[in-house]
Amino acid sequence: MNPDGIIAVAMSGGVDSSAVAGMLHRAGRRIVGFTMQLWNQRRLPELVPESGVTGRCCSIEDVYDARHVAELLGIAYYVVNFERRFEERVVRPFVDEYLAGRTPIPCTLCNNSLKFDEFLERAAGIGADGMATGHYARVGFDEATGRWQLRRAVDEVRDQTYFLFGLTQAQLARTLFPLGGMRKPQVREVARSLGLPVAEKPDSQEICFVPNGDYAAFIDAYFRERGMARERTWGEIVDAGGRVLGEHEGVHHFTIGQRRGLGIAAGEPLYVIATVPAEQRVVVGRNDDLLRCHLRVSGVNWVSVAPPSEPLRAQVKIRNKHAAAAALLTPGSDPRGVEVHFDEPQRAVTPGQAAVFYDGDLVLGGGWIE
Amino acid sequence: MSLRGCGSLVQRFYFDHNATTPVTDEVLKVLIPTLAGVYGNGSSIHYFGQVAKQHMEMARRSVATAVGADPREIVFVSGGTEADNLAILGSVRANPAARKHVVTTSIEHVAVLQACAQLEREGVEVTYVPVGTDGLVDPDDIRLALRPETVLVSVMHVNNETGVVQPVARIGALARELGVTFHVDGVQALGKVEVNLSTLPADLYSLSGHKVNAPKGVGALFARRGTRLAPVLHGGHHERDRRPGTENVPGVVAFAHAAEWAVANLDDEAERIRELRDLLEEGIRERVPAVIVNGGTSPRSPNTTNICFEAIEGEAMVISLDLKGFAVSSGSACSSGAVEPSHVLTAMGLTPESARSSVRFSLGRGNTLDQVDALIEAVTEAAAQLRRLSPAWRVTA
Repeated sequence: MNPDGIIAVAMSGGVDSSAVAGMLHRAGRRIVGFTMQLWNQRRLPELVPESGVTGRCCSIEDVYDARHVAELLGIAYYVVNFERRFEERVVRPFVDEYLAGRTPIPCTLCNNSLKFDEFLERAAGIGADGMATGHYARVGFDEATGRWQLRRAVDEVRDQTYFLFGLTQAQLARTLFPLGGMRKPQVREVARSLGLPVAEKPDSQEICFVPNGDYAAFIDAYFRERGMARERTWGEIVDAGGRVLGEHEGVHHFTIGQRRGLGIAAGEPLYVIATVPAEQRVVVGRNDDLLRCHLRVSGVNWVSVAPPSEPLRAQVKIRNKHAAAAALLTPGSDPRGVEVHFDEPQRAVTPGQAAVFYDGDLVLGGGWIE
Repeated sequence: MSLRGCGSLVQRFYFDHNATTPVTDEVLKVLIPTLAGVYGNGSSIHYFGQVAKQHMEMARRSVATAVGADPREIVFVSGGTEADNLAILGSVRANPAARKHVVTTSIEHVAVLQACAQLEREGVEVTYVPVGTDGLVDPDDIRLALRPETVLVSVMHVNNETGVVQPVARIGALARELGVTFHVDGVQALGKVEVNLSTLPADLYSLSGHKVNAPKGVGALFARRGTRLAPVLHGGHHERDRRPGTENVPGVVAFAHAAEWAVANLDDEAERIRELRDLLEEGIRERVPAVIVNGGTSPRSPNTTNICFEAIEGEAMVISLDLKGFAVSSGSACSSGAVEPSHVLTAMGLTPESARSSVRFSLGRGNTLDQVDALIEAVTEAAAQLRRLSPAWRVTA
């Protein structure tokens, strides 16, 4: 990227992206700060807590914080409105996935369609050469393969590459991840040294548009607001043999591996092992029933390596909070489809989640678990 | 406050005069001494109060003369929003009728629309008359909307987003004929088109200081003698019991000075601005493909051009131009950040996409030919950049 070019910094009002803005500015880069307005937090009023909305992306407080940081740094700052696209590309699919019995990852969709797509395009439109975010990840160009490569962040706990497997070469070529080589305490220290008021701001832990992580309440409120008629969602909880053990309010309240909320008294712990939305059924079983060695992945995006034609070994994560496990990847004739065979059985393989393939800290690629 | 922007050395040009205007030197010359020296409370009996009061009344006479009114018909308020609220809420609430109806248009400023919404919550019925694709309200449509219980008609003089001038003289004549109170939101009119309340049949007329190079925080409502107004704010007896509150003497003095200048120089300034606006419009039309001037075929204020740039996000154009040093707006300033596209453009029949693709350029004091030429260049460049189908960036290591 042109070292004199403008960099558009995506600023959420949090300490990470604020530190990025500060670091780039201090290094003499020409930067413009942006906050993406993605979701109107007051749109579903029944979900807004009494105390008001804080700690989530694009709440008024977060925009205020981002603007304040921009002012302290002396950089231009704008709020750009992507609410329509966010609803179309992130929120609707989120709701649809849950209703189809899958557990979605909206953050990945947001990265693919908004942050590294529409935002990058907007940045280009206003004359920026590229963008920077506060993601914990590393990007670099590999001369040998001629590819832009994505690597895990040095701070393994904070690493966000699980959500970035969808990035293309064109996108990576225009993106900076200045925090990839740093650990969180260092980042806070940088923010402090720059005098940024957000240095001690706690991280937001949840999906930005779902208050309190209560996605079931969100889905219900969203349906009400859209005036959409809900088909009957209540149904039976059964065991693998089909024996009815109880009832539930909606398959979208459950995710694979879940133990809470079943309301069944049994001799041993029971876990959701599958859902059958077409029949409004939740299937439960024992812990061992959750173990699987094999899964199919579709919509695979190959990032750091060219799409392979031969099987290869890798470490695979099937959830963000999952230790990558050794596996054999077998690409299909179309490399967007991959079969994954784990060396050891893995627990709670969940359709809708992503399977991301690593070779050490190198992110090979990833796709969606079928 | 640090200068912001990448390259705080970028020269800046202001083309957003419908949002607000800078306080000019000649206004500052009266504002500052008044602020420093005339600090008495106009209601006080002593010398300091008397001096304050005198300044108020001098200013009142000035404003009245400027707009063709009697000084007793001028109520000083805090700005256009308050003037609209006082006019609409004040006149309707003062009317003793049991059943009341109000007629207004779909393109009014949000202050008028929200005041009407409040009336609806108080049991008053309101009809919002639509406009044509040309942005004009048809007086016949107003006539058709009138009912025996109509107590107020409110139509703006000049639209803030498009600059389109509404046929307020004809509508006023109609209202007068039928004995209905007529309010005109003239916030965007003063200094741009003729405002003569001795010939315009309006009972209430809103004026705003910061649109004519006076400071923000001051405005006036013209209320023709005989027009009943219930106060919206409650307190002392100021402004003949129409609007309580210790008077903003410096603001009012500045406003009067600004209004005087605006009216005295209307013909010359309007001609100067119209020429620049027309050059800007022509220049953009020539250099940028697929643009449409919203309301371009209607009578317009000489300073405004609202242009739809096909396939371009208005917000992106505004940011792009800001980074190049030019201040413009998309949608009206009061609705920035909102998801909904401009209600004015929507009322004119534009699709949401077209409304979102529209940018408003509004000229005023301080704009020059050189600036207009530079703006045309900047718009051409920005439009081309934004229209690239895919960011065809070359990958450089």
